[in-house]
Amino acid sequence: MSKLSLLLLLFCFNVHAELRATGDLGVVIERAKGSALIINTSNHKRLARIEALGDLSHASVVFSRDQRYAFVFGRDGGLTKIDLLQDKIAKRIIQAGNSIGGAISQDGKLIAVSNYTPGGVKIFSSETLQLVADIPAEYGDKQLSKVVGLVDAPNQRFVFSLFDAGEIWSVSVKNPNKPLIRKYKNIGKQPYDALLTPDGRYYIAGLFGERGLALLDLWSPEAGVKRILPDYGKNDEKMPVYKMPHLEGWAIAGDYMLVPAVGQHEVLVIDKTNWTLHKRIPVIGQPVFVMARPDGRQIWVNFAFPDNQNIQIIDAKDLNIVKLLTPGKAVLHMEFTPRGEQVWVSVRDDDQLVIYDTENFNELKRLAAEKPSGIFFSSRAHKMGL
Amino acid sequence: MIALIFSFSAVASEPSIKRQQELGNMLMHDCGSCHGLTLKGGLGPSLLPEALRNKSDEFLVNTILDGRKGTAMPPWKPFMTKQEALWIVQKLLK
Repeated sequence: MSKLSLLLLLFCFNVHAELRATGDLGVVIERAKGSALIINTSNHKRLARIEALGDLSHASVVFSRDQRYAFVFGRDGGLTKIDLLQDKIAKRIIQAGNSIGGAISQDGKLIAVSNYTPGGVKIFSSETLQLVADIPAEYGDKQLSKVVGLVDAPNQRFVFSLFDAGEIWSVSVKNPNKPLIRKYKNIGKQPYDALLTPDGRYYIAGLFGERGLALLDLWSPEAGVKRILPDYGKNDEKMPVYKMPHLEGWAIAGDYMLVPAVGQHEVLVIDKTNWTLHKRIPVIGQPVFVMARPDGRQIWVNFAFPDNQNIQIIDAKDLNIVKLLTPGKAVLHMEFTPRGEQVWVSVRDDDQLVIYDTENFNELKRLAAEKPSGIFFSSRAHKMGL
Repeated sequence: MIALIFSFSAVASEPSIKRQQELGNMLMHDCGSCHGLTLKGGLGPSLLPEALRNKSDEFLVNTILDGRKGTAMPPWKPFMTKQEALWIVQKLLK
């Protein structure tokens, strides 16, 4: 009997000693359950489920630069550091009442979280999750604004937008105890999300309350924020938006940038050389994510309710739609493998993840997941603005 | 007046069980995408009972069906009947 338990013990040690690299891993949010799956993108496997992550109705994830840890930002202000090597929570704090997203600094040492309640940004040590700086998004008569569109930017900065105030703030955290804030006011009504171009140069906020987008050139911060596409769709009737679009999945293809229109069933193609509208591509619904395959050749688009069973794919070569996919009910998110040969799609109401070959659009595999939403691969660790 | 009271409180003729599940799912996930999965608020305001209690059923039903101009709240009329909106309001207030 004791021999047997010794054998078992040895067996266990062997299992635990199995090496695991993290460069091809990912985290899938299970929004209703408040859990996350750790998955492997090379062999299409679920490795573990991490539970008790709180309210993940709106959640996002960033990765440490060593790709060992995933930081999960939950709706309830929860910030959880998951150890991808050991399938467990390394640290978890509740840092606010209601939050929307976060970012990791250029040097990997700081985690910033954007909060709705209390409106502002809090900055933590990525190692210990101890508070380093608190930046209330104060405007007007001591009001606090909800903060959206938080990204990391070169020179150890974070940039974010104030939804209620209509402002963009750029914060240098070179000295994290004394953040230097530069505020841009009157950038437009209700910025709802923002993106950083992959070269780290342009910060662009989408506006819900009025037409167009707000553009900040981080190479010329003194030039201020300018409005682009102020007139697009001016004479068109604005259609209802059943889910706010996201800008996080930037789509840059050559000189063109593709973004979701708001209240119009269109993807807008912006010419980056002069920031004018090049083309409006009609699509079947209100686009939510407009995401380029890493090589920029394809742009995948998903949609808000009630068209959220669909994905349309745009070929960057001629900016036409080349494919319609219907993976299932309520497609919420898409994530490309690091070099883009495959894409993972979350289908909330069917409780599934669907993996496609992006060259021929063949479905490769379906994996079970409970009400999956965001999918985040560890390759994000080395991309600015993600 | 009697008709109003009648239509707004007494009879929410209950949707079928299947439809209740659909509406419940819509409430949790689609309303929840702005108001939060637990409905305590996000980009949209809280829909918890204490936040809604001082508003009339009629106001709430109309808000669901017609949306609110000047805000991000869209009209849900294409996807549900007045009775179903009332059923949702009563569920929210519980």
